[in-house]
Parts: sequence; structure tokens; C-alpha cells
Amino acid sequence: MTSVRTPLLRAAVAFACAAAVSAPALASDLRIGVASEATSIDPHFHNLGPNNQVASQIFDRLINQGDRQQLQPGLAVSWKPIDNTTWEFKLREGVTFHDGSPFTADDVLCTFARAPEVPNSPASFSTYIKGKTFKKVDDFTVHVTTDEPYPTMANDLSVIPVISDEVGCGATTADFNDGKAAMGTGPFKFVEYVPGDRIVLAANEDYWGGRPEWDKVTIKPIKAGPSRVAALLAGDVDMISGVPTTDIGTLKETKGIVLSQGVSNRVIYLHVDQFREDSPFVKANGGGDIKNPLLDQKVRLAISKAISRELIRDRVMEGLSIPAGQLLPDGFFGVSDKLKPEAYDPEGAKALLAEAGVPDGFELTIHGPNDRYINDAKIVEGIAQMLTRVGIKTKVETMPRSVYFKRASTGGEGGLPEFSLILVGWGAGSGEASSPLRSLIATYDKEKGMGAANRGRHSDAKVDELVEQALKTVDDGKRAALLAEATERAMANLAIIPIHYQVNTWASREGIVYTPRSDEYTLAHYARSQ
Amino acid sequence: MSVFILRRLMQSALVMVAMAAIVFFGMHLVGDPVDMFVSPDMDQADIEQVVRALGLDRPILEQFWAFVTSALQGDLGQSFVFGQPALGLILERMPATLELAFIALLMAIVFGIPLGLYAGLKPDSPVSRTIMAGSILGFSLPTFWVGIMLIMVFAVMLGWLPSTGRGETVDVLGVPVSFLTLDGLRHLILPAFNLALLKISLVIRLTRAGTREVMLQDYIKFARAKGLGRGRIVGVHVMKNILIPVVTVLGLEFGSLIAFSVVTETIFAWPGMGKLLIESIQQLDRPVIVAYLMMIVFLFVVINLVVDVLYSILDPRVRLGDRGA
Repeated sequence: MTSVRTPLLRAAVAFACAAAVSAPALASDLRIGVASEATSIDPHFHNLGPNNQVASQIFDRLINQGDRQQLQPGLAVSWKPIDNTTWEFKLREGVTFHDGSPFTADDVLCTFARAPEVPNSPASFSTYIKGKTFKKVDDFTVHVTTDEPYPTMANDLSVIPVISDEVGCGATTADFNDGKAAMGTGPFKFVEYVPGDRIVLAANEDYWGGRPEWDKVTIKPIKAGPSRVAALLAGDVDMISGVPTTDIGTLKETKGIVLSQGVSNRVIYLHVDQFREDSPFVKANGGGDIKNPLLDQKVRLAISKAISRELIRDRVMEGLSIPAGQLLPDGFFGVSDKLKPEAYDPEGAKALLAEAGVPDGFELTIHGPNDRYINDAKIVEGIAQMLTRVGIKTKVETMPRSVYFKRASTGGEGGLPEFSLILVGWGAGSGEASSPLRSLIATYDKEKGMGAANRGRHSDAKVDELVEQALKTVDDGKRAALLAEATERAMANLAIIPIHYQVNTWASREGIVYTPRSDEYTLAHYARSQ
Repeated sequence: MSVFILRRLMQSALVMVAMAAIVFFGMHLVGDPVDMFVSPDMDQADIEQVVRALGLDRPILEQFWAFVTSALQGDLGQSFVFGQPALGLILERMPATLELAFIALLMAIVFGIPLGLYAGLKPDSPVSRTIMAGSILGFSLPTFWVGIMLIMVFAVMLGWLPSTGRGETVDVLGVPVSFLTLDGLRHLILPAFNLALLKISLVIRLTRAGTREVMLQDYIKFARAKGLGRGRIVGVHVMKNILIPVVTVLGLEFGSLIAFSVVTETIFAWPGMGKLLIESIQQLDRPVIVAYLMMIVFLFVVINLVVDVLYSILDPRVRLGDRGA
């Protein structure tokens, strides 16, 4: 129902905005309307944005992620490699769980034992835990060993919420949902969970990071965008996430409403079929067969040059995107400072097509989801028009993500990706460049666990080598350089064609400011009253 | 009558099996649920492990057989997304939806019948014309648009009622209901009215048509000639005769109120089963979808049965046993 938008509706929003915004509730209460609902309170049940978002407020991690996913001391005060294959974590002393029991190394050990083993989990945290051995040295020291040097240890452990040995580790997911086991060390205590309706939290008076500002936090899932906006205008919630782009203009003008915007770690990009001579959705002009021109780097570069990222930002995204030239926005670990977004150059694109032996272009179908990323279908339509202008006659096909992703990953012959040119997005959960590099760009290799989401099947041995080397380099400076080098090489070859980084918008009533987070999470302790 | 009921129930079992099969295989064709919920950072081995854990690696016929055998023992499978029994998830959200549907039904009767009766008795008065024009609007405006408008007017502009969500609930016999608290009632009004609007219009039209027809009947003239009061004529002789089509239609419509409150629940963030269904469809959560639709089929069968029984009470000429199916 997110597409409930009519001109009349917009007029109504504008009209309603003219009316005064209703009186807010008590200043120390915070009511948040969120776009997507958590499926469980069990922090290890499903490694999924909405669930992690709730867990981040009740539970701490050894290492917490800041607003730009920078690593910050959480339940660990320091961490360092003590030899090639061992990391030492010094734990915070004097921290207590919400039930008053002290936090020690035992809680850490049991957390990492439970997290990969939750029954019925649709996606567990085992990705981040496998291959690591945890050892308690004393109550406040833990050693983690791996077979090979493992530089991203801290990033891996920064995604897993720590639960209590006493009540949490032996508990089932149901025990968490009714609150019995939902005992963390985080800024808020669990109070109530009514599936589909609300999650209620209360301030943890003894939080080690200082008592949070809000006495009571109510998180309400309101899926329909217009309803979420209306709930904010009606004063039923104090803050909402995921403001629909069409409403941003109106809300900006509304008295009593403040917007917070921040760039996300999600890059929207095109994956290009780079492994088939006869790509199913590429045809010669007139519909005959043609050798897949997308295999040629020049053609891919032509596509990139043909796309005006500024126009997409201004016309499709209402200003809410940042043109992208690589996999993560500036400032994240491992990005290259040399890469800029490809400039719009239709003449250059035509010249490249001529050089590549297809001066008159060819026929192509671009595929994309229509309910996954902000304005996804509209972006695809815009790109198709731009490509058609330089001679690549492009048809558009968009579909719901439930249909799209299966076809895009394994819908073709022999379980190969079905499409030729697709729009996808990637959010780097770990907040550094090795995440997209190993999943999107490294050669698809089941054995090594590389390239799992490489739907274009780009393959470059040199990039693979750089990524693998980076994943073994513990020294931060050297690793960042290796990741940047790998990114530069991949971008030069147009392993993917980056379009933009998404910008997310939160809206709140006047008096509340939200610090936007690049992981798109909405956390009560990132909202402050003025 | 018991033979009649038994036969109905057996037929419904067949329909439910057919339904389950269609949805089961249909969902398989749509897409792969694993793509919907795995975390992007997972590598191929992790993904395969999820596929195996959910049993999705097995041939579809084998999966269906496993579903049928456990369904016969009352287990409709576990939700992929929630990891909980699908039926339990639905039942947990059912009271909210039933409450909404009942209130909407009540509104349809309370508003629809008097208004329709009035329009039928005085077809040419300006008030009747207004009622009929209003009922056309009720029919033709899309539910989601009306819902947003209701929120805009009553919650945002006037600030009389809350915009979304379900208010405070109290437990009655272990079932949480919200119509017994003031806060709950305030939350109920808008979504229930939104859901009821179409039904109110329907009832108005049915009642009006019935009233106009019945008023011309000989027995009404006779009753009048006999000198019966207007109140008695309308209250007994007219009402009893127009109620049969109204009850039939409302019975059927009640099913659709429950089954397809999806739009209203989504707009008003009402924590009912409709919202669960639409989210399950988006996530391809097959066990929940199959269980939901089977339950809805069952519900329709039961409602139709109740309607037929009511029929025989309202109209003594109807004998259930003779009617076969």
C-alpha cells in the first residue's frame, strides 16, 4: 500500500498541514512510527534490519556502531590482535543487565554459542561467527581465535547483540517475545510487545552510557506511507521513519515538523550480464541475435556515461540521492578517494558504442523491482529513457521483489541469473568496503563463499586476489589501501555501474531532532529533545 | 437438518483441500521465499543451510505431501518469517480483525436499515434523494482513499480521533478486545466506519428496494384496510419481508469483511490478520498464506451455514433438508 498516492491525496496533505499540529504527549515519552515491523524480540532470531533495530535499543554489542557505522566501544572497552590469529577483547566492568545481574565474559561466550543455533531462524548470525573460537581468559577478557588472520573481527562482532547467560542463553524465541528472556544491557528495558501493534520500552536508569532521555518509548509499525505521515501530523506519534519522497516537499513547509536526512550505506547500482555470449535480454536492432555487447568494457562505460545521475537525483528522487562512483559513500572504511561519479556524457557514450562496434546501438530490456528501494521502478524507467537516447533501445520490466529476486539470482537456464541488466541495491551491514566487494564483485565461487550476490558474474582474478589479500591483512591502513585498490580496478572495468547512494528521511515534531543513521535504523536514543 | 449440515461440512473439506493445493503450488511458482529474508551478507553455504532447514530443497511434491500429512494432524506448518506455527500467528491476530468486522457489520445494520427504510417509504423526499446519492458515493469511492480522507479530516485536521493503531485492550475470557475501553473505542471508529461504508450503502439500497416492493403488496394494503397502525405495518410486516435478502447479503458480506479487511487494516495500521496476510504475501511466507486462506474458506462455509439456518427461521417456507446443497 506504499503506492497510495493520488493528486487529491497530496492536496489533502497540503490542506491538513495548514491546520495546526495537535498537542504532543509528555515530553519524556517518545512514540515512533516505523515503516517495517520486527518479527521477534529475540535478537538472534533473524538478522534483519527491523529486528536489529529493536535489538539495538534493548541489547548492547561488544562493539557498537555509531551513526556512520563507525566502531565504538560497547560492552568491550578495547580490542586488539595479540598475534596473527587471536584477538583480545577487554570487557567493560560494572555493567549490569536489566534484571541487575552483572555482565561478564560468560555472557559473551554463551551469546556467540547461541546466536548461530536459534531454531527456525530464517537468517541467523552464523555468517559472522563461524570459524571463530571464543575463550574466556578471565571475567573481563575474551580471546577469539581463527585459523587465518582475520582483520574484520571487530566489524563482525559489532552486529551481534549480547544476551544474558542466566536468562537468555537457554531461552527460546517465544521466551524473548513475552519478555521473560528479553534481558539486555542496552539503554532501554523491554516492557511490552504486541505483535503488529506496538513495542514498548522504558529507560534503563543504570545504563553505562548514561541514562537515556526518554522514560518510555513506544514503537508502532505503520506500514502505509501516507498513514505514517498522517499519524505524525495528527500528533499520534512524535517521529516517523521512511518519509515517502512525495511528501517531503509538503512536510518541509509544515510548521511544527522537522526533517532529518542522512546518506545511507546503500548503493543503488546496475548489475550487467558479463558471462554469457548470448544474453537473454540483449538483441540486435530488429530483434535478431547478437553477441552480448555488454561483455565489452566500452559498452558498459557507454551505459554509465549515458546515465545522468544528477537528473535522476533531481527529477526522480526529489533531491534525495547522492550520485555514486563506487560502492560506499565517502568517509566509509576502504573507499577510494580517487573515484568520482561518471559524468553525464551522451556524446562520449555514442562514440564508445561506435568504438565497440555497435554504432547504432542494440535492443535491451532492463529489469528492476518495484517495491524494494526508494522509487526503484521510476529509476529504472529513467535509465531506460537515457539509454534509448544514446541508441540502446531499452525496454523496461519491473516486478514485485518476491518475483524479481528469484529470477534475478537463479531464474535463468541452469540456475543462472536470468536477466541482462538489472537494478539492485546493496547496504553494507558491516559499514566497510569488503562487504560489497566480496559479495557483488568477487568471482562467484561457492567453495570460497565469494560473490554470493554477483548477479552479473563479473570476474577479475586481480580483484579477487586484492580482496582476498585485504581480508587477511590485519593492519588497518594497508587493508584500507587494498580495498580501495580493488574498488578502483573493479570500477575501471565497470564490474557494476553505480547510480546513487540513497538518502533517508525521518520526520519529527518540532522539539525532537533525530541523528540520521547510515544503516537506516531508527533508534530512540538517537532522538533528542531540544 | 443435520444431514444438510454434515453434507455442507464435507463439501467444505474438499474445497479447503483444493484451495490448499492451489495456493501451495501457486506460491512455489511465484518466487523463492529464501531470497526474501536471507541477510545479504550471507554466503552461498549459509543460504543453502537456510534452504535445507526450511525444507525448501526438497521436491515440491514431497513438500506438499509433508504439508498434507501434518495438516491432517492439525499442524499447518511454521511461518518461514516468524518461526512460529502459522495457525497460531493467525489466531493471535484474529480478535482484532473480528472486532473490526463486527463493529462494521453493526454499523451497516444500524445506519443502513433505518436510512434505507426511510428512503423506501418516502422515495421522493429530498432527504431520501440525499441518502441515495450518498450511498452511490459509498459504493464508488475506493476504500484506501476514503480511509486516508477519514484520517486527514478526523485525526489530522479536527484532532477528534486517533489516526492509526488499536487502542487500549481489556481481556474478556482471555481474548483482548478494545471496544470496552474509551481509548479502544476511539481507535475503532474510523477503521470500522471505513470498512462499513460500502456495506452501509449496500444495506441502504437493499432495504430501500425491498421496502418499495413490499409496500405495494396486497397484504400491506390489507393490513392498512384492517386499520393497523403505520408503526406495526412497517415494523412487522415490512421489516420481516425485507430482512431476508438483507440477512443473506450481510452474511456473505461479513465473510468478506473479515477476509478482506486488508486495505483498511493497512491504512489504519490495525494489528489484525489482514495486515499479516498482505505482509506474508509480500514475503512469500507460504505456510501463513495457506493457513489463512484455508481458514477463510472454512469461515465462509460456516457463515453460509448460519445464514441458511437464519433463513429457515425468518421464512418458515424454507426447509433446509429438502434443498440438497
